[in-house]
Amino acid sequence: MKKFKQLAWLFAVVAFGLFGQQSCKPKGGSSGVGADAAAKAYVAPGTYDEFYNFVSGGFSGQMSVYGLPSGRLFRVIPVFSVDAEKGWGYSEESKPMLNTSHGFVPWDDLHHVALSVTKGEHDGRWAFGNANNTPRIARVDLQTFRTAEIIEIPNSAGNHSSPFITENSEYVVAGTRFSVPIGDNTDVPINTYKENFKGTVSFIGVDPTSGEMNLSFQILAPGINFDLARAGKGKSAGWFFFSCYNSEKANTLLEVNASQKDKDFIMAVNWKKAEEYAKAGKGMKKKVRYAHNKFNESTHTATSVIKEEVLVLDPKDCPDMVYFMPCPKSPHGCDTDPTGEYIVGSGKLAAVIPVFSFTKIQEAIAAKNFDGEYDGIPVLKYDAVLHGEVQKPGLGPLHTEFDGKGNAYTSFFVSSEIVKWNIQELKVLDRVPTYYSIGHLCVPGGPTSKPHGKYVVAYNKITKDRYLPTGPELTQSAQIYDISGEKMKLILDFPTIGEPHYAEAIPASLVMPKSKKIYKLEENKHPYAALGEGKAKVERKGKEVHVYMSSIRSHFTPDNIEGVKLGDVVYFHVTNLEQDWDVPHGFAVKGANNAELLILPGETQTLVWKPEKTGVYPMYCTDFCSALHQEMQGYIRVSPAGSNVPLTFSTGTNLPTDNK
Amino acid sequence: MKKITFSLLFAAGIFLISCGDASQSSDSAGSAEQVVAGGQEAVQDDESQKDVVKIAVGSPDHTTLVAALKQAELVTALSNAGPFTVFAPVNAAFDQLPKGTVEGLMQDDKKADLQNILQYHVAVAVYKVENMKDGQMIGQANGDNITLTVKDGKVKVNGTANIVASIQASNGIIHVIDAVLLPPAK
Ligand SMILES: [Cu+2]
Repeated sequence: MKKFKQLAWLFAVVAFGLFGQQSCKPKGGSSGVGADAAAKAYVAPGTYDEFYNFVSGGFSGQMSVYGLPSGRLFRVIPVFSVDAEKGWGYSEESKPMLNTSHGFVPWDDLHHVALSVTKGEHDGRWAFGNANNTPRIARVDLQTFRTAEIIEIPNSAGNHSSPFITENSEYVVAGTRFSVPIGDNTDVPINTYKENFKGTVSFIGVDPTSGEMNLSFQILAPGINFDLARAGKGKSAGWFFFSCYNSEKANTLLEVNASQKDKDFIMAVNWKKAEEYAKAGKGMKKKVRYAHNKFNESTHTATSVIKEEVLVLDPKDCPDMVYFMPCPKSPHGCDTDPTGEYIVGSGKLAAVIPVFSFTKIQEAIAAKNFDGEYDGIPVLKYDAVLHGEVQKPGLGPLHTEFDGKGNAYTSFFVSSEIVKWNIQELKVLDRVPTYYSIGHLCVPGGPTSKPHGKYVVAYNKITKDRYLPTGPELTQSAQIYDISGEKMKLILDFPTIGEPHYAEAIPASLVMPKSKKIYKLEENKHPYAALGEGKAKVERKGKEVHVYMSSIRSHFTPDNIEGVKLGDVVYFHVTNLEQDWDVPHGFAVKGANNAELLILPGETQTLVWKPEKTGVYPMYCTDFCSALHQEMQGYIRVSPAGSNVPLTFSTGTNLPTDNK
Repeated sequence: MKKITFSLLFAAGIFLISCGDASQSSDSAGSAEQVVAGGQEAVQDDESQKDVVKIAVGSPDHTTLVAALKQAELVTALSNAGPFTVFAPVNAAFDQLPKGTVEGLMQDDKKADLQNILQYHVAVAVYKVENMKDGQMIGQANGDNITLTVKDGKVKVNGTANIVASIQASNGIIHVIDAVLLPPAK
């Protein structure tokens, strides 16, 4: 009985503890929010946001676009995952974009965004995103907000350290998270990791005019894990810095086994030197297989080509190209400040933030001030390259951005906060809580030579009790802080699609004027386009029926089709004849096993349909286009395999009359 | 008549509308925001095909019609997604009306009458000449019907107005006519 009482007491105490904590916690609207917060985040109806915020969609595989400071969602750009809403990965034209050396892959995990830069500053041309699972990099065209290109990365697994970009967009990089067996025999025991597993970092060249990507070379690295990266800028523009963990080379229970050592590394790569070696033929051509997919804006069609060779540079044969810098405890962020002098490492298990000096790195290299080698690669002396450490900044530093005024902003996952500190003096200036468990953060222009400052946005992992609950999974979320003053001030929470990792923000003025409104019909070179209602037709090629269909407010041509037989495969090639901004037409047919089409003005898109039963099937426009949108419909008749119903098509004339 | 067609097409091709630009909040933090009133006629867009209003505005032969559309506050509606068929009388057609008619309709207290007449010139749907049939009735936006007569491929509306040209617009079609259509007396 006594025992029971004690137990009951214990329960009561625990319950009180939980309950008490909850009831004392500041509630959403009032927690740390100033009275002027609403005005600071308010963008009046009919006015524009100051910044576009390109946010990774994490395990959704997509990239989302928000306005800052309003937090309004403008668009989800389908990148690595199929998107039935936009027909992405369902239309015949877009399917090749998701082709890989593993075949059609309908999903991936997009973690990081890199916006193109010229002379270290945003130029508003392209947004790159990484596929973390089946390694790829995508390029989104910021005129069309559509994925224009996807390139697969061979010799890689878990493309996490990607797609960071050099100062003039010469290269985007792809460092592998997982080291893997590389070469002809990859069927090896997993516990031979130390002998057989290797890491790679890939440099993907970006054509300065078209943006087209090309896998220029890979650097073979020890079998460690690459996490994040940043290019140098200004004086350090010819260098790239990659954070690495698992220098223990563990292949199991990394939670424990990859956290043994006091220090892991930041890998410093002289990419200008690597480029010279590549041009001089210093590398080995390795046989691989990877897909390179491009969307052609004039045929409105993607193509996928499998490529079979990659140039690999081995640091053994390429002196002065790669160095390691010791960095405390499993570094995540690895960020260069706007001047290019300072490299900030964020060891996620570390109690300090180390700041490295590029000048000191160069001096240490010149003086061969090494602390031995790691797998044959020189390790620079920690003290020789260190500018200094920020002491006791918080728990679990992850990632740092800059305001261009000499300050850095670092996210702390474990202590759920953003800490502002001065780079020169390494002094903490301010800290604000985040709700909750921040991952990456973003200052507009934060990774460039010329940050715009003004805001820092936190991308959080946990949102418990911040929003109305929606069952076991809650919305993903971001929070905007005003950083125009000395103290950071929370001004807005906004929900995001899942899961936001890294994001970049760019002034609207750099993107908005170039935004495309329509695709010009006279430039439409799609082989099945119906460039005018007079060009609409239906053709049979054996078992294939090709419908060259046009759509314009508010009808399809043709909208009555007969003569399709069971066993036929019907291709609806729908051309949107509109030449008017924001007037897409959709297309859907009953029983289609894929999705709708969403055809932009002037574009042609194709839906494949294999009818399984005889009968008359409706088809209709899915995008509310006009007052007579609901009239935008038609019928297609499917007859038995042996039927002699002739192939006919019409709109408005109610022909044929002779086969009724 | 050839000349009218030409000038209208010309207008459709190169006319650049001067319009209010939706304002950008360069400093959203508490600044006074100017919210642009009006509808889609204020959208800045030099790339898209012109809508029925922009084509009419750019035509020197339709200045009376355009002035009347503005007075009747129909510009916003006709800049919408449509689809519209607009029977667009030329200036000369308005001049044929009894003296003082147009001036009278342009008075503020006659706005409802003007709207009724102008809406009698608009159908919600695209009616192309090649699909028009002799004797066909079309319900117009004001609720009354027009009747078409087709003879030798030429179309007349209500037995009085000839379709002398047709211009495709982004949100519908304009048929240029040489007489003003008068709604049936009630
Ligand atoms: Cu439609």
